[in-house]
Amino acid sequence: MTLTPVETLITIGIVTLGTMMTRFLPFLLFKGADAKNSYINYLGRVLPYASIGLLVVYCLKDVNLKSPAYGASEAIAIFCTAASYYWKENTLLSIGAGTVIYMLLVRL
Amino acid sequence: MQEKTKALKAAFPHTIPILTGFMFLGMAYGIIMESKGYHAGWTTLFSLVTFAGSAQYVAITFLTASFNPTAALMMTLMVNARHVFYGISLLEKYQKAGKYKPYLIFGLCDETFSIVCSTKPPPGIDQTWFFLWITLLNHSYWVLGSLLGGLVGSLISFDLQGLDFVLTALFVVIFTNQWKSQDDHKPAICGVVCSTVCLIVFGPNRFLIPSMVIILLILSGWRRSYLEKYELVEEPIP
Repeated sequence: MTLTPVETLITIGIVTLGTMMTRFLPFLLFKGADAKNSYINYLGRVLPYASIGLLVVYCLKDVNLKSPAYGASEAIAIFCTAASYYWKENTLLSIGAGTVIYMLLVRL
Repeated sequence: MQEKTKALKAAFPHTIPILTGFMFLGMAYGIIMESKGYHAGWTTLFSLVTFAGSAQYVAITFLTASFNPTAALMMTLMVNARHVFYGISLLEKYQKAGKYKPYLIFGLCDETFSIVCSTKPPPGIDQTWFFLWITLLNHSYWVLGSLLGGLVGSLISFDLQGLDFVLTALFVVIFTNQWKSQDDHKPAICGVVCSTVCLIVFGPNRFLIPSMVIILLILSGWRRSYLEKYELVEEPIP
């Protein structure tokens, strides 16, 4: 431990506070904004799709394209996951297959 | 009581990928914290009250340097800014959650969001309890993983390199599922393209907020044509 217990508790509290600010903000800000067709209502419909896209990229942010593999393991595993799901629509099968393929590829 | 059990049975299968991912990432987190001198108790407390994987990983930097709460707050806000999008996306779904709403919002990590935004409870299952179980199960996997990592992590000798891909695969599956269920692919493409471009331009540590701003601007620009296309004048489709 680098910090004292009190400093650690404060740091944990601060990280919790910051996290909860980002999670609660929309609910506090738009508490009464349930008017039909409002701008927020529209965002609530399209943002889920954009958010999952952002999240996929976020997961890949630390992939090193300058490494010898050029991110090929990730690309192949993602392709297998998406293609198998597109075909069979079995969530656990696709996630399992994609993960196993990835774990094999990173060991090559 | 039976209603709650039924909701649990319906919710659990959706959380299996997260169980795998959180056990692995939680244990890895516990092991790293242990190696920095923060024992299982600290890790468990942190995972219990914060429940935010990436922010907790980043916070290791602040736990192992000189005390700097302001920097810790700024960094957390930057790393977790994407949660604002989750809240906006779920305003409607969580509207009727009543006394459980604060906990549902508290537990809105990436993984919980991805399941809640893409899944409807089966017919006859209480929606609030379905979402509550998903949140509660995910939260307990994360806490349990962190605890185990701190306690017995150093004893594990299997080679689990790459197992964290399970969460990436989960998001890819949800992306594909959304793609198939929608005929308007523009929001999904906007999310991927904007964040990829921003990742290249701003780098992995700074791309999140520019991406979100550009996504918001582009989606706002598409609003009129979207409303016309779906003729959304009256009651919105749930």
